[in-house]
Amino acid sequence: MPAEVVTFEHVSKRYGPVLALDDVSLSIAAGEVVALLGPNGAGKTTAISIMLGLRRASSGTARLFGVHPTDLRARSRCGVMLQESGTPELLTVHEIVRLFGTYYPRRLPAAEALRLAGLEELAGARLDHLSGGQRQRLFFALAVTGDPEVLFLDEPTVGMDVEGRRTFLAAIRRRARDGSTIVLTTHYLEEADQLAGRIVVFDRGVIIADAPPAEIKARVAGKRLTLRFGTDVDAALFAGAPVTGVRTDGATATMLSARPVDVIRHVLAARADLLDLDVGGADLEEAFLHLTGGAQQATNA
Amino acid sequence: MLERAEPAEAGRLAPLLPMLAAQSRAQLVQLVRSPFYGLFSLALPIIFWVFFGLPRAHVTMFGVSGGAYLLASYGAYAIANTMLFTFGIGIAWERGRKQDLLMRATPLRPSVYLVARLVAAAAFGLVTLVVLSLLAWLTGGVRLEAGQWATLVWRLLVGSLPLFMLGLAIGYLVTDQASTAVVNLVGLPMFLASGLIIPLRELPDFVQTAAPYLPAYRYGQLAWGAVGAQADPPLTDLLWLAAYTAVFVAIALRAYRIDESSKFI
Repeated sequence: MPAEVVTFEHVSKRYGPVLALDDVSLSIAAGEVVALLGPNGAGKTTAISIMLGLRRASSGTARLFGVHPTDLRARSRCGVMLQESGTPELLTVHEIVRLFGTYYPRRLPAAEALRLAGLEELAGARLDHLSGGQRQRLFFALAVTGDPEVLFLDEPTVGMDVEGRRTFLAAIRRRARDGSTIVLTTHYLEEADQLAGRIVVFDRGVIIADAPPAEIKARVAGKRLTLRFGTDVDAALFAGAPVTGVRTDGATATMLSARPVDVIRHVLAARADLLDLDVGGADLEEAFLHLTGGAQQATNA
Repeated sequence: MLERAEPAEAGRLAPLLPMLAAQSRAQLVQLVRSPFYGLFSLALPIIFWVFFGLPRAHVTMFGVSGGAYLLASYGAYAIANTMLFTFGIGIAWERGRKQDLLMRATPLRPSVYLVARLVAAAAFGLVTLVVLSLLAWLTGGVRLEAGQWATLVWRLLVGSLPLFMLGLAIGYLVTDQASTAVVNLVGLPMFLASGLIIPLRELPDFVQTAAPYLPAYRYGQLAWGAVGAQADPPLTDLLWLAAYTAVFVAIALRAYRIDESSKFI
C-alpha cells in the first residue's frame, strides 16, 4: 500500500461563528492527483491550509507524511502555491528561485525550475515587474524548486490567460506522470477533470462527493431549465419531478435537473399554458447546488 | 494534541548554514536596492556630518574633538536608524504584502529568517560606518585610533539590540501604510532628543533633562564612551539598554503572537 501523504481525521475548523470545515476525514496516498473542487467559501483553501500547517484544526487530527503538518521535515517534502501570497519585490526571478532552493534538502537547479515554469526569458526580471499570470508561473517555479514529492496548488490557474493556462496544466501533468503527488484546489470542474484522478467536492465545509472525475461529472451533469407560463406559477407544480433549486418569479420558474425531458413531461401533464422553454448547461456553482440538493434528498429519503 | 510515533523516514532538512548565507545575501541585496532605505540610512548621516559635524570638527566637546564626538553620534544615528527602519517598516510591509504567508509554507525557519535580516542590517550598518569614518577623516581630519574605532563599531552593532527589538515591535503592531509614519515619528524625535543629531549641550534644558531616559541616548553613550567623551565602561548605560531590550522584546513578542493568531490559527 502506498504511503499516506495527507491524513485528516475528523478535522473541523471554526473561524469565530463560521464553521469552515465540519468533521472532515480524508486520506491522500503517495502518487495520487487529487482535485479539491467546490464553490468559493466551500472550505477548500481552509483544508489545504490545515494540510500544510498554515492553519490549525479546531478539532480532529491532521497529519502530513505521518507527522504534524508544521514539522519542517514534512514541509521539506512539499512544494506549495498559495493564493494571494506576496513575494519580495526587489529580487529578480532567478534570485528568488535560487534562494528558495536553499530551503530544501533536495533541489532542482534554478535553471531547471525556471524551465519547468516557462520562465527562462524572465530570469532577470524584477519581481515587481511581473504580470499576474507571470507571478503564478513564478509561484510554480518556487513550488518545484525543492524537487518536492507532493505539490499543493491552491487555485493555481487564477489570473492566467488561455495559453498560459494550457502550458501550465501541461507542466502539472508532466510532474504527475513523473510520480509526484498533487493536491490542487479549483472551482473549474473542467480543470479538475483534465488533471485529477480523483475529485473531492467540498460544499459548506463538508465533503459531498469523493470519486473519479467521470463519476462526478455524471452526477453534476445538471441542466438549467427556465419555463415561462401564461399565468403565475407555484413551486408546488414541480413536486414529484426530478428537480432541485426551484425558483419562481411570477409566471417564470427556473430549476436544475439531470433529466429535463422528464420535467417537461411532468409539467405538461399538469399545465397546458407553457409558453416558452429554455434548457442550458448549469454552471458549476449551480451544479454544486444540484449535487448538494441531491445529497439532501438522499438523506431525507 | 496526541501525536503518533514519528516514522523514521519522516525526512531530512536542508543544511542550515547555506540557507542562512543565501537568505542574508538576499536580504542585503534588497536593502541595497531599496531607494528610501539608502536615503535615510546613508545620505542623512552624511548630510548631518556636512552641516553639523564639519563646523564643529575642531572644537573641543566633552574633552574630545568635536569631529570624533560627532562621528560617534552620526555612527550611532546611522545604525539605530537602520535597525528601526529595516525592521519597523520592512516587517510591516511584508505582513501587508502577505510575504510572511509565502515564507510560512516553506521549510525556512522563522529564526533563520530573522537572523538573516539582522546580519544584512548589520552588514549595511558596517558599510555606513566605514563611509562615515572615511568622510570624517577626509573632510574634517578626524582620525580615531584603531582600537577606538573597533570599540565604536562593535558597541554600535551589539548595542543596537533594543532598537532592533523596537523596530520589530513596530513592524508587528502597525499596518504597512502606517509604518513609515510611525517609524519616523518615533525615530526622528528620539534621535534628536538623545543628542545623536545635534550635540545635547546645544539643545533646550528640558530636552537635556529628558534625554537620559531615552534608549537612543543610552546607545549614544556607548558610542561617545568609545571615543573617550564619557566615563568608561558604561555600566549604567548597559543596564538601561538591557531593560529597554526586555520591554521591547515583550511588546514585540506579544504583537507577533497576535498577528500570528489572526493569520495562522
